[in-house]
Amino acid sequence: MKLSHLARLAALSMLIVASSWLSACHQSESTPWQLTDISGHMPDLSFRLTDDQGKTVTAADYRGKVALLYFGYTHCPDVCPLTLAQLHVVLQKLGPLADGVRILFVSVDPTRDTPAVLHDYVAAFDPRAVGLTGSPSDIEALTKRYRAAFTREPGKADGSYDVSHSSGIYVFDNTGKARLLATPTDPQDKLVHDLHLLLSPGHAP
Amino acid sequence: MKWQSLLASFAIGLIPAGAVHAAQADHVTASHAWIRLLPAKLPAAGYVTLQNAGSSAATLVSAHSAVYASVMLHESDVESGGMNGMHAVNQLAISATGKAMLAPAGYHLMLEQPDRVLKPGDKVEITLDFADRSHLPVQFAVRPANTADPN
Ligand SMILES: [Cu+2]
Repeated sequence: MKLSHLARLAALSMLIVASSWLSACHQSESTPWQLTDISGHMPDLSFRLTDDQGKTVTAADYRGKVALLYFGYTHCPDVCPLTLAQLHVVLQKLGPLADGVRILFVSVDPTRDTPAVLHDYVAAFDPRAVGLTGSPSDIEALTKRYRAAFTREPGKADGSYDVSHSSGIYVFDNTGKARLLATPTDPQDKLVHDLHLLLSPGHAP
Repeated sequence: MKWQSLLASFAIGLIPAGAVHAAQADHVTASHAWIRLLPAKLPAAGYVTLQNAGSSAATLVSAHSAVYASVMLHESDVESGGMNGMHAVNQLAISATGKAMLAPAGYHLMLEQPDRVLKPGDKVEITLDFADRSHLPVQFAVRPANTADPN
């Protein structure tokens, strides 16, 4: 009786030691992020473009906000709207915290995407979405900065054309540092989780 | 006399071939048909789930609508973390008793040049054309741009 009690105690303490060792190990090797951590691997947010109100803006105008940078174009009917609709749902799930977030939708089709076209487009998705356009060289420089790419596909008979483009969503913290990379196929909850962490006061791991 | 008129009807095409062998469209039912509406007259995407109850495949080859000057069957190419674009699809086979889904980030109807500015809540009829020249008219519900889960 006493022996078995002792044995149980020993087993229990071993379990505690093992589990605390495991969790310590877990702590040091894992990150708090569920998305891909790009801290230190991508440059800070920097650009000079025209917003959907026709105003010249720079990355400094969005300091203090967590920025979600996404490249797309308005004549893209499937994946771009899906991505923006998903980002809208993510911001809804964040509740009031979402005021600290801006979706920066940068057009890779500046010829057709004037500020006015972009304005109606982003407004249809979320009040915290901003449309950005600029000269083709400014847009190209920004995509290159984040190792994103886009290609204008051959035109169709009616003069319209499609643009293939990178689908990543780059997450910058409120100081403009590149932090995370999400893809449209990542579950929304991962983005919700990580944005929650980035937006929580005093918590920017 | 009766036979003669029947033959004559065949000859002038009054009785389509589909009346003899059940047409592909007859076996296909459409559900969850919706259009993601974008502002102004930007190209939009139409989505629908097609269920084939027939014992042979039904092959979707095109679609048309009185509302859109251009309706094309497209497929998006989405590589996780990579490039995304889309390409035209010549045909989409729905296997016997099988299902085909036109859904975001996959197959979609590319809808261009609407004859009017649509609004959420509108219904748009789009007719699906099958390989045997049978047709299935489907009512698509027009939904807001930021619809994430339409069903
Ligand atoms: Cu398309």
